[in-house]
Amino acid sequence: MADLLDTPLVVVTGKGGVGKTTVAAALGLVATRLGKRAIVAEVARRSDVAGILGTASGRHDRVFVEHEIAPGLFHISIDPEDALAEYLQDQLGSSGLATVLSSSRMFGLLAAATPGLRELLTIGKVWELAQPERRTPGGQPYDLVVVDAPATGHGVAVLAAPRTFADAAAGGPITRQAQRIDATISDPEQTALVAVARAEEMPVTETVHLQEALRDRLGRELDAVIANRLEPDLFAPAEAKKLEARDDHAAVQLARHTIARARRQRAQVGRLHHQTGIDPVRLHARRDGPDLEALADELAQGLGVGSD
Amino acid sequence: MELASALAGKRIVIVAGSGGVGKTTTSAALAMGLAARGKRVAVVTIDPAKRLATSLGLEQLDNEPRLVDPSRFAGHGVEMQGELWAMMLDAKRTFDDLIARLAPDAKTRDEVLSNRIYQELSGAVAGSQEFTAIAKLYELDREGGFDVLVLDTPPSRNALDFLDAPDRLTGFLEGRALRVFLAPSGLAARVMGRGTSVVFGVLGRVTGVDLLNDLSTFFKALGGLLDGFRERAKGVKKLLADPATTFLIVTSPEREPVEEAIFFRGKLREARMPFGGLIVNRVHVLPEGLSPGDADTVGDELAGALGPALAEKVAATVRDAELLAERDTAAIARLRRAVDDPDPVLIPELDDDVHDVDGLALVHAHLAGSIAGSA
Repeated sequence: MADLLDTPLVVVTGKGGVGKTTVAAALGLVATRLGKRAIVAEVARRSDVAGILGTASGRHDRVFVEHEIAPGLFHISIDPEDALAEYLQDQLGSSGLATVLSSSRMFGLLAAATPGLRELLTIGKVWELAQPERRTPGGQPYDLVVVDAPATGHGVAVLAAPRTFADAAAGGPITRQAQRIDATISDPEQTALVAVARAEEMPVTETVHLQEALRDRLGRELDAVIANRLEPDLFAPAEAKKLEARDDHAAVQLARHTIARARRQRAQVGRLHHQTGIDPVRLHARRDGPDLEALADELAQGLGVGSD
Repeated sequence: MELASALAGKRIVIVAGSGGVGKTTTSAALAMGLAARGKRVAVVTIDPAKRLATSLGLEQLDNEPRLVDPSRFAGHGVEMQGELWAMMLDAKRTFDDLIARLAPDAKTRDEVLSNRIYQELSGAVAGSQEFTAIAKLYELDREGGFDVLVLDTPPSRNALDFLDAPDRLTGFLEGRALRVFLAPSGLAARVMGRGTSVVFGVLGRVTGVDLLNDLSTFFKALGGLLDGFRERAKGVKKLLADPATTFLIVTSPEREPVEEAIFFRGKLREARMPFGGLIVNRVHVLPEGLSPGDADTVGDELAGALGPALAEKVAATVRDAELLAERDTAAIARLRRAVDDPDPVLIPELDDDVHDVDGLALVHAHLAGSIAGSA
């Protein structure tokens, strides 16, 4: 898996609430440690990555701007409306027509109502970020684009949007563009797909379904699976056994409880491994908020990248 | 909070919150509890985890609720006096049904249903879930076959899409865009002046002419459904603001869901939607017999029995539990203030995530407040 970060585009998805955003940010951080210029792209009008790194005032603030949030690490929150405006500018040049169009209420409504266009524009912007020659005026190329994608179902819809759109439309610039984007996403050399799961029944099951959906709709395999927020297990088997003999104390009962929980989690990680055919990278739960540096250490080690 | 009193007299219960906080489980447990007490309840859920669905006997996506076999509850401590119905929403089929219902005639219906754009995209695209879920809710309410409807909102990262769905649709339908599309080109040109041809010209250049034609046909066909859609959207809006409707917000004590819950509460306030209460899942509580500060003494206490090394590990476990409990207490305090629910329902972190009837029964017991010490 050492080459995961050599893929120019890494898409992180998974069931809601499994910690996708944090993992995406940590991946970006690992890349910067390797000397890469990286950007974490969030979709759906959110800016949680900036929040995690403690650099932005909050959510729903400025979107669609590439901010440097740590040395070499950038962040963007992609909004489909802005993506549309940029796309028109790119297609129509600086004739002023693009500005007129994107500020036209009618055009906006039409674009909003066109099925799949929002998803296409979102993933299209992600694709643009990953181009060695940026189309955005003044945009510098990135070595790595990490996408904090929506939760599994919608995530697959976003990834499949270019193909769906290309199939539905019958030619023209958007179709050609959609085909180009689809070619990038379909190519394992250019796009890596990462699934994040918690070691619980339903997130593991959903990851397996995600794998099936990616095969079905994109002909793609997952490149990495991450088992996130594993609970600590301090006790060796012999110690666990010793505790079993003494459950007269509430603290011992608690310890036995955590041992049992860690066992259940290990079983779920095993199931994740077995059913996806991919040995998951294991990340542990952090108590004092998302300590991104520590998470990046663990992630780098799990992925087999970096020197420490 | 006494959840039962918040739900008294409610016909529609909408369960909202960010992904992964146990929304589906909470909805199902809530519906099960209401049904157990004699109501005829339907829970509408979107893309739930498969094992939970299987435990309720839902084998596939559907466009109508199915009665959950009461025998499933036998032996799980649930005495089912009413009826629990459940459905896993099939967005595409539900959308098709809606088109069929609203179409003024068979020709319009077939035109929309057979349109290439509609076929390719109506089911595949996110966002259609929000709309179909709320459309289904409206329909079930109008048919009046149930005492209570519980809606588990789509696992959308942005729960607001759900609130906006009716507005977005009417906005579009009443907007100029559709009217321009629907008007014969001559008329459109006359109404809009020269601008129209420029817009269409550029649209053609950007999107490709064939796509535009398909879209035009699609919207033209959809236009036949305009009145039906408009009326429906109005009805939905009214239903959401009805005194018999209530929104419950579900969250976990973790940072992101908490922010989402607070944000969503603000949106409910803004939209003047009725808020029924807050449910906090996965709350870490110190087990009985332990109190804050014990971590400091446990090591010495157990050193004799377990040996100092193992005793210290047990103490570390207690310290970890104290830390989590403290963190969650702070999060809940913040929620109480920001969400303006002084007494939220707190459900402790359970041993495993809930995916069977026993699990639902346990969650319901917590919801009903019949388990002491759940906070």
